[in-house]
Amino acid sequence: MAEVQGARKPEEMLASDDFPTQRRIVEEIAGIHERFDAAEAAGEHHAQRTLWDFPPYRSSILRHPTKNPKLVDPESVELWSPAYGQRDVSEIEADLTLQHAGEPLGQRMTIRGRILDGWGRPVANQLVEIWQANAAGRYIHQRDQHPAPLDPNFTGAGRTITDDQGWYSFTTIKPGAYPWKNHQNAWRPAHIHFSLFGSKFTQRLVTQVYFPGDPLFALDPIYNSIPDQQDRDRLLATYDHDLTVPEFSLGFRWDIVLTGKHATWFEPEGDH
Amino acid sequence: MTVIEKELPEGGDRMLRGTPGQTIGPFFKFGLEYADGPYVVPPYSPGAIHISGYVRDGAGFAIPDALVEIWGAGPDGSQITEHGSLHRDGHRFTGFGRSATDDEGRFFFWTREPGATEAGKAPFFAVMLFARGLPNKLHTRIYLPDDEAALAADPFLASLAPEERATLVAKRNEDGSLSHDLWMQGEKETVFLAY
Repeated sequence: MAEVQGARKPEEMLASDDFPTQRRIVEEIAGIHERFDAAEAAGEHHAQRTLWDFPPYRSSILRHPTKNPKLVDPESVELWSPAYGQRDVSEIEADLTLQHAGEPLGQRMTIRGRILDGWGRPVANQLVEIWQANAAGRYIHQRDQHPAPLDPNFTGAGRTITDDQGWYSFTTIKPGAYPWKNHQNAWRPAHIHFSLFGSKFTQRLVTQVYFPGDPLFALDPIYNSIPDQQDRDRLLATYDHDLTVPEFSLGFRWDIVLTGKHATWFEPEGDH
Repeated sequence: MTVIEKELPEGGDRMLRGTPGQTIGPFFKFGLEYADGPYVVPPYSPGAIHISGYVRDGAGFAIPDALVEIWGAGPDGSQITEHGSLHRDGHRFTGFGRSATDDEGRFFFWTREPGATEAGKAPFFAVMLFARGLPNKLHTRIYLPDDEAALAADPFLASLAPEERATLVAKRNEDGSLSHDLWMQGEKETVFLAY
């Protein structure tokens, strides 16, 4: 049995112990994806679309559950969700470019979409929280110490509440790619973290949205902890010229489906 | 990704394909942490209880970059619909708390004990766990330890082996507070839930 230990210093844990090459990581990812595809082709259905056990993401090795979750009927409190309102979030929190005296550097971006539950109904009046790196790929977090510049006019955190039809919208700047120490020369594709509440607590989700054409996708163990390309495509924002604001920002559309329930999908329901 | 608008029969088994989850990453605190997060109610206010614990990895190390959320019914088992979890007013009970683990890997909340929401079911907090290194969210429950008859009669708890059940029930301390550790792996691995 594992002995009870103190916590290692967070700074010491950012680099993996074996610090493998990028080639090695790509090989490991390919092997896991092949085994997943073969199992699905043989009729096995994985309810879990993100693999908790994904060793190419080195810090997951000691942090993933080793047993399957217990399938239970959600009870009362799990069928409800915390309630949020105007009191919780002010409108200005949805614009990450207005939080300081000056304008942040980088390309302004509007990202907008609908949040639906698994039956296609809007998730109305619910909290959406985002956080991201700045245009240079640096997080304001004090433990991000890589030598890209901080932007005194950009924090990179925002919040909003969905409207009655489940729409959210944020104005921000396009985040840069971010280097990390999972392996040698490791870079995360540009992404924005999203935290979402559904109409039931079982639908609670934290995920990341990516942008089309990023050359780092195939190299990134976090993006690839989702083994099915159709699922990964659900994390891709789509460029939408109708959302582009003239002489101000580029527009992206990203819809989110919160299911929270093991179920058979109705397909096809989306396009790209 | 744009989802074509389509409504399916509510409660049916056929659902839209869900958006998959991703890790919370290393730098979530500036995005998600807020000072009032763990203080669902003011400390030592009438009915307030303190619940705390460590999140531990497979080597027994506490995890200093995890995020724990609790969501509970009212003390009478009622559904809570009050706004204000992000901006608390010190009075209205919202039922939701959020605590990032500190540098020693510990989370804590001041809240109220939930009542049982259904006859024959033992009262519990619904719990979400996120962490750097954890590729997706985890759901679990923390049951209150006191009413042993209710715990014994609860159909879900009764379906578990004793060592599994033990991972879901908090420990009552002498000062009235509750302790509960979350273990990612090992002999004490917490029972996590899927729905």
